[in-house]
Amino acid sequence: MTLLELEDVTASYGPVQVLDGVSLSVPENGAFGILGANGAGKTTTLRAISGTVRAGGRIVFAGKDIRGLRPDRVAALGIAHVPEGRGTLGDLTVRENLRVGAYLRKDSKGIDEDIEYCLDLFPNLRERISSNASALSGGEQQMLAVARAIMSKPRLLLLDEASLGLAPSTAKNVYDAIRRLRVESGIAMLVVEQNANLAFTLVDSATVLETGRNVLTGTSAELKGMDEIRRAYLGG
Amino acid sequence: MEKFIQLVVDGLSIGSVYAAIALAIVLVHSATGLINFAQGGMAVLATYVAWVLTNRGVPLVLAILGSILFSFVLGAVVERYLMRRFERGDPDTAVVVTIGLLTLITGIAGWLWTYNNQQFPSLFPLDTVSLLGVSISIRSIGTTLVIIVAMVLLQGLFFGTKLGLALRAVAINPQSAAFSGLPVERLLMVGWGLAAALGAVAGALVAPQLTLTPGMLDSVLVYGLAAVILGGLTSPVGVVIAAWIIGVLENLAAVYVGFIGFDLKVAVPFILIFVVLIVRPQGLFGRKTVVRV
Repeated sequence: MTLLELEDVTASYGPVQVLDGVSLSVPENGAFGILGANGAGKTTTLRAISGTVRAGGRIVFAGKDIRGLRPDRVAALGIAHVPEGRGTLGDLTVRENLRVGAYLRKDSKGIDEDIEYCLDLFPNLRERISSNASALSGGEQQMLAVARAIMSKPRLLLLDEASLGLAPSTAKNVYDAIRRLRVESGIAMLVVEQNANLAFTLVDSATVLETGRNVLTGTSAELKGMDEIRRAYLGG
Repeated sequence: MEKFIQLVVDGLSIGSVYAAIALAIVLVHSATGLINFAQGGMAVLATYVAWVLTNRGVPLVLAILGSILFSFVLGAVVERYLMRRFERGDPDTAVVVTIGLLTLITGIAGWLWTYNNQQFPSLFPLDTVSLLGVSISIRSIGTTLVIIVAMVLLQGLFFGTKLGLALRAVAINPQSAAFSGLPVERLLMVGWGLAAALGAVAGALVAPQLTLTPGMLDSVLVYGLAAVILGGLTSPVGVVIAAWIIGVLENLAAVYVGFIGFDLKVAVPFILIFVVLIVRPQGLFGRKTVVRV
């Protein structure tokens, strides 16, 4: 079953065309990666889905055309966007950030359980629960951003460069937790990542973007075996 | 001594009115990053609504509640249909728009109700009570108490409710808040509405003393801005304390510092601001903005 389908999606910032026909599909419970160099349109693809940039083409989520919906409406349908730069709410405590994540939910018991689950998934956050998010380290902020997204009980997680600016070991920790989340929750994921090695530990298949269009799509195993992918994204 | 205490209490009372306008300014600033120069003008409009209602025989308390409700709607409408067009653009443009709005509202109020001073009934009796042997006006005590209650309610809203949490989240990062499904645009309307409602409270409290004119709150707005700067834009409690300091100091200076008198007392808070800002650019209670790279 396909959960998210993009067909020939276009987008531009002013006169600059950034997406020039991107197509991909994320199956229910699947994890799909978007690879590519800087400026290839990876982040813009996620923004087109979450409604933060105006897009053309077709964007269908769970059988519903969501192109042009406002970001909060998209979120209400079950898509949680963890943006590039994390988007944590600096002046709020960790707990308050998690509560903001659960804004649309009414089940206060379930919310408490899910906060507990997030703290279990990211133990670093447990000791910082009453600190302001702005006081956290980069890795902890990234964990908080993912945890806040989980709190909305999404069906699909949009993950943008979760390793950006993190020490390699921290990035690995973050990805370990996300992999565990995937196994335990079955949340589908669309993952943008510069670090292809890291991406391939999480996604089943991926597409490579170049100047706003797909140039290659395949399973992780297929892509890892290709010379040009190895040269461009896997460091030889 | 008695005179001194009376001056302090009166200063707290007028300072409370500055505090209400200052809190409204902080509320809008924290939600949208703008200083709304029309905050006082909008409050005057609300006070005229209360005045019209009392003239039609509506009891004063109901008339003021009605004007607070009117003001909430006015604030929300101004955000939705005017400010929203400017919020994502150049902040300087948006600020100029609020100054234009102030001029417009003052003009409309003058056109509808003339520029003559109108008597506005007081919520509190004009008597004095004796406290520890000092007689203090009930109006001063009442005004101060009303603002303290408003401040506590506001603090409770922001730190004790889901709506307050959502308002704070939107103020910090609207786009990121939307990713959690927060209806950003509606929350901004609520923020502007609350600020305007607070302004209406200030208007009703100060109108009996200043008498109602379209420009009644112009000087209060200036003092309110002074309190905002002195207290620090990020600290509601700090802003209220700063407003009280300004109210008390201006009253004391007028009486006790010979050359200042009632003509120069307007300068007192600003001299204070210069001094404070040289020492603490973030204000007395504000937090320094730390930029992380």
